[in-house]
Amino acid sequence: MSKEKKESWNSRVGVILAVVGSAVGLGNFLRFPGEAVKNGGGLFMVPYIIAFLIVGIPLAWSEWALGRYGGNRGHNSAPGIFREILGTSKGAYLGMLGTIMPMLIYTYYVILEALCLYFAWGFLNGDIPKLGNDVGAVATHFKAAVGANANGELFSGSNSPMLICLILCTLINFSLIYRGISKGIEIFCAIAMPMLVVCAFVVLFRVITLPANPEHPDQNFINGLGFMWNPEQTRTTEVIQIPEGETLLPDSVHLSEHGENITPLLVKSDAQSIQVILDHHKHDGVAADNQFTITYETESGKNLGDTLTATEPQSYLKTLSNPGVWVAATGQIFFSLSLGFGLILTYSSYLKRDDDIALSSITSAAGNGFCEVVLGGMIAIPAAFIFLGKGFLSDPSNVGTFGLGFVALPNVFNQMPAGAFFGFLFFFLLFLAAVTSSLSMLQPTIALLEEGLGLSRKKSVSLLAVITLIGTIFIAWFSQGFAALDTVDFWMANFFIFIFATIQTIIFGWVIGKEKGYKELCSGAEIKVPKIIMVLIRYISPLYLLGIFLLWAKGILPGYIKAMAWSNGKPSVAFLSISFILLVITFFAFVVAKSNQRWRKEDLLEEKS
Amino acid sequence: MTVAGWMVMGFTVIGVISLLSWSIWKVISTPNSTEHLHGTMDIDPEDD
Repeated sequence: MSKEKKESWNSRVGVILAVVGSAVGLGNFLRFPGEAVKNGGGLFMVPYIIAFLIVGIPLAWSEWALGRYGGNRGHNSAPGIFREILGTSKGAYLGMLGTIMPMLIYTYYVILEALCLYFAWGFLNGDIPKLGNDVGAVATHFKAAVGANANGELFSGSNSPMLICLILCTLINFSLIYRGISKGIEIFCAIAMPMLVVCAFVVLFRVITLPANPEHPDQNFINGLGFMWNPEQTRTTEVIQIPEGETLLPDSVHLSEHGENITPLLVKSDAQSIQVILDHHKHDGVAADNQFTITYETESGKNLGDTLTATEPQSYLKTLSNPGVWVAATGQIFFSLSLGFGLILTYSSYLKRDDDIALSSITSAAGNGFCEVVLGGMIAIPAAFIFLGKGFLSDPSNVGTFGLGFVALPNVFNQMPAGAFFGFLFFFLLFLAAVTSSLSMLQPTIALLEEGLGLSRKKSVSLLAVITLIGTIFIAWFSQGFAALDTVDFWMANFFIFIFATIQTIIFGWVIGKEKGYKELCSGAEIKVPKIIMVLIRYISPLYLLGIFLLWAKGILPGYIKAMAWSNGKPSVAFLSISFILLVITFFAFVVAKSNQRWRKEDLLEEKS
Repeated sequence: MTVAGWMVMGFTVIGVISLLSWSIWKVISTPNSTEHLHGTMDIDPEDD
């Protein structure tokens, strides 16, 4: 097919910045530090770097090459590209995921984008600074903003500024996407990305220069870095059962070691049991016998105590043998590099046959890595450590994207000098990062509607606006406990992403093949592409992806399937969300069927001429 | 912060900065690199 292309990138730097913009998002500044802290601290970097080398780079090169390959044959959408490569209309259905995934992810990502804007505005107008040093108040503010307390809360009229931010973000995204590749996405990324990096450096400088917490001098920047980067070794104690008939009084647990009070890393407790997790480093060499004394109070006023024995520190190898750490690291690489979504496939389809992809791809990955490791790894956790301490950050729920970004950090900015300005700057940079990412999520569908249905840009943008608006309203409405967001995120950004990534490596490595694939990668390359890459793409990456997928699915999938069950004769939000996803898939199957008809006609016309 | 922590952070940060610096240097120093790309092809949003 040799359809005339109407759109293209305007400059080499523009493509790189757009791809970096697509990749850099909330995941770099909030998800990465949280995942590292939850999965062994500095040890997390071992699976992270391995995943980058054996999945990240091979998959990035495959996706760039597949996109350029399809683009030079007249296709910019994943269905069109897959149909062209596989030589059958069924290929278009396989590629459908590369359109549906980014579009559905956009439907909830825009809510997070609006939340960043809302928080940036909140710091400017004083709404958030006035909450002061109160984690609970900030958490309440955040939950009210997204309507986490009840379904439909966002539309109840109680929080119109957040709704205005959501409308504003939608308008910004669609007006930019309407302007097209070079005049919209490229120009915006060329302005936003440098601005984002400058904002991040200003915030980083502020965090580095923060003095230690006067009440807790060990809560300083260097120790905060240590909390993020030290290879973590922890010790646990046995679970202590509270005597029958008694109930544990919250926050009454104290630990001592040979008469000296010690601060545990984490106390996991409920009304009837306590388990303590200890930081290995702090007590290294102090307690040779690993004996600790624990005291606690019960609600009936009794002071109880016990002696407990901590386990030996967990070895580095034991931490690394935990499959969950590898799953988390691989997932982060995917998220971080925007791989397996179909975004790069569409972006690179606007390149010419002899445009370099090898160096551009590496440059984009390095730019993203810089934002993630250097900026993301040094801002959120050290800042939160100084003001909130180790105990707060040791609770996994406090270092998730929401907990860290929208509860812990606003509280941190509220406590630091000139915090309102730095809080605004931080959330504004998150907002910019989110816009550059969300733009890339819209383009794959625009490409399909334009080339598959022959719609004009105006019509395709309008149709996409209607579809995504329905999705966003659905997710924003079923906001209680983030149920709809969580379900759609799970199936799209966790489940299907692995499947689509595996399909891409197989198509590039086995359908295009070893020789042709390598030639395709080398075409226009401005660096030498190592030959081993085809071994990685053909064997190692698919096997690694499959292994990680099975491990991950075994651990998490049953819970999400169970969540779909109806209760009291009413469908659960998870069930409704799945139904919504299926509805979207059906709609896109129809679009792809119509596109196939159109492409067949074009093929026939071409054959005749 | 432990010695191991400094080493992990140093290795990762220096690695990423080196890769980025090398990539940018290659992009800038490759002759006619940007000419590989198309010239501006105006997009007409009113293309119906």
